Amino acid sequence: MTNPIEIRNLTVAYDKTAVLKDVQFSIPKGSLTGIVGPNGAGKSTLIKAILGLIPKVSGEIKIYGKPYKAKDRLVGYVPQRGSVDWDFPTSALDVVLMGRYGHIGWFKRPGKEDTILAKESLKKVGMDSYANRQISQLSGGQQQRVFLARALVQDAQVYFMDEPFVGVDAATEKAIIQLLTDLKDQGKTVIVVHHDLQTVEEYFDHCILLNKEVIASGVTEEVFTVEQLHQTYGGKLAFLDKGKVMVEQKR
Amino acid sequence: MSYEIWIIIVASLVGITCGVIGCFLILRKLAMLADAISHTVLLGIVLAFLISQSMNGIYMLIGAAIVGLFTAMLIQFLNHKGIQEDASIGVVFTFFFAIGVILITVFADSVHLDVDHALMGEIAFVPFDMVEIGFLPPLPKAFIMLLSILILNIILMMLFYKELKITSFDPALAAAIGIPVMFIHYLLMGMVSVSTVASFDSVGAILVVAMLIAPGASAYLLTNKLSHMLCLSAFFGVLAAISGYYVATWIDSSISGSMAMMSGVLFALVFIFSPTKGLLGKKMNHKRFRSESTAP
Ligand SMILES: Nc1ncnc2c1ncn2[C@@H]1O[C@H](COP(=O)(O)OP(=O)(O)OP(=O)(O)O)[C@@H](O)[C@H]1O
Ligand SMILES: [Mg+2]
Repeated sequence: MTNPIEIRNLTVAYDKTAVLKDVQFSIPKGSLTGIVGPNGAGKSTLIKAILGLIPKVSGEIKIYGKPYKAKDRLVGYVPQRGSVDWDFPTSALDVVLMGRYGHIGWFKRPGKEDTILAKESLKKVGMDSYANRQISQLSGGQQQRVFLARALVQDAQVYFMDEPFVGVDAATEKAIIQLLTDLKDQGKTVIVVHHDLQTVEEYFDHCILLNKEVIASGVTEEVFTVEQLHQTYGGKLAFLDKGKVMVEQKR
Repeated sequence: MSYEIWIIIVASLVGITCGVIGCFLILRKLAMLADAISHTVLLGIVLAFLISQSMNGIYMLIGAAIVGLFTAMLIQFLNHKGIQEDASIGVVFTFFFAIGVILITVFADSVHLDVDHALMGEIAFVPFDMVEIGFLPPLPKAFIMLLSILILNIILMMLFYKELKITSFDPALAAAIGIPVMFIHYLLMGMVSVSTVASFDSVGAILVVAMLIAPGASAYLLTNKLSHMLCLSAFFGVLAAISGYYVATWIDSSISGSMAMMSGVLFALVFIFSPTKGLLGKKMNHKRFRSESTAP
């Protein structure tokens, strides 16, 4: 069977300089993949290019063997939290319902079923009691969970999540990871941009090290090595005891 | 119907039409674009006149819609090429507006339009420009035009409500799930353009901006729900129109000027007194909180 995600020779540029160069990897079905790399490595750009939100210069992107088409409804997306205006006059439930818009079709409004799905999904992320709360009155972590709930109602096969753990407390982070693991067990493919190197080995079975190019990709044990991390972060790593690594705070 | 009633009805229609569509401009942080389009439609009107040689409203709507859309596209293009948004807007609209002004002055003899009229409008003349359609009694032209545009806008907004909402809140998700973000953007720009032209004759190009932005900005401070914001904004538009008319007759001044002023006054009142987001409301909440926390 074809892999859900197959990227070949992908190059993306905003202006003249390439942000992603000759990126190539594939991700197997039913995996939980972490994308790791320094700020500005092109992680968000990679996701946006796959979703067709920004044009590619060259290369091939295949989702289940075909070029990405929104109409196939195969892909769910959690953008970086800072990418929207949280003062927008709308409630948590409304935001989750937006995840259904791709299923509803032209000229129709979300129906009862959509609302039920949205509420269930809010419950899954522990936000059911905040359904009618205006979104600016939620904490950062709660907003992140609303975004996650919105991705869940998209009922996709492949999920892309851009830094879903930013501003989330440890307990919520564990709950979200449990949720993602459940998705994986249902045979869905989940790709997460992740910044905390401490938890990569614990959370993800597959891993992509990215810094404009793919440094390494594959099974986490093989990819997530000190040497390759060095290459990814360009010597900005400090090593802690027992082989644990963290990114050196650069000032 | 009396002279006075017609002016108030037409002004209220301007308030509703502009107020509702203005909400989306505010939420998309495009208030400046409203300013730009309200100016460049002048060029559309002049071109429509020069080409069709008539002052027919339909030609003007088409001309304005085309030039308005073209403005939005050109701004988008420049912005995409790395020019800052405010700079692109400033360059494009002043250029188009200038061409409009030059054309008017060059063809001054044949164009029954002058720059003053275009900028300030003259709502006082609205009741004298009547037309008869079919078996209906004579109705002011401006009334028919505004009512048609309002109905058109409402139909489009009902049809594309969820698309307008999601592309305003999260265009990236919208694009990812297959909603044509750019189509909705230009649809909105087209609606802004025709609304502007329809309002143009009555309140003038510059004051359209007040009606596009102020009611929506006031409504934004009072609610947390998009549909409520749209209704409240229409309400503020009407309130500004009616109170503006009476202020104008009271102090004997420009009607459209007074209406624009009143939309600003209403905004100021809401800004101060809004229970949740207003200056005073915030103070009161703090006070209540303090007295509660110091209570024994
Ligand atoms: N809209 C844009 N226009 C021009 N350049 C951009 C744009 N967005 C991002 N870039 C550039 O592309 C590069 C990659 O950005 P990207 O946002 O993909 O990084 P990232 O890996 O997601 O970083 P972070 O960890 O900070 O989220 C950066 O050098 C950035 O400056
Ligand atoms: Mg990023």
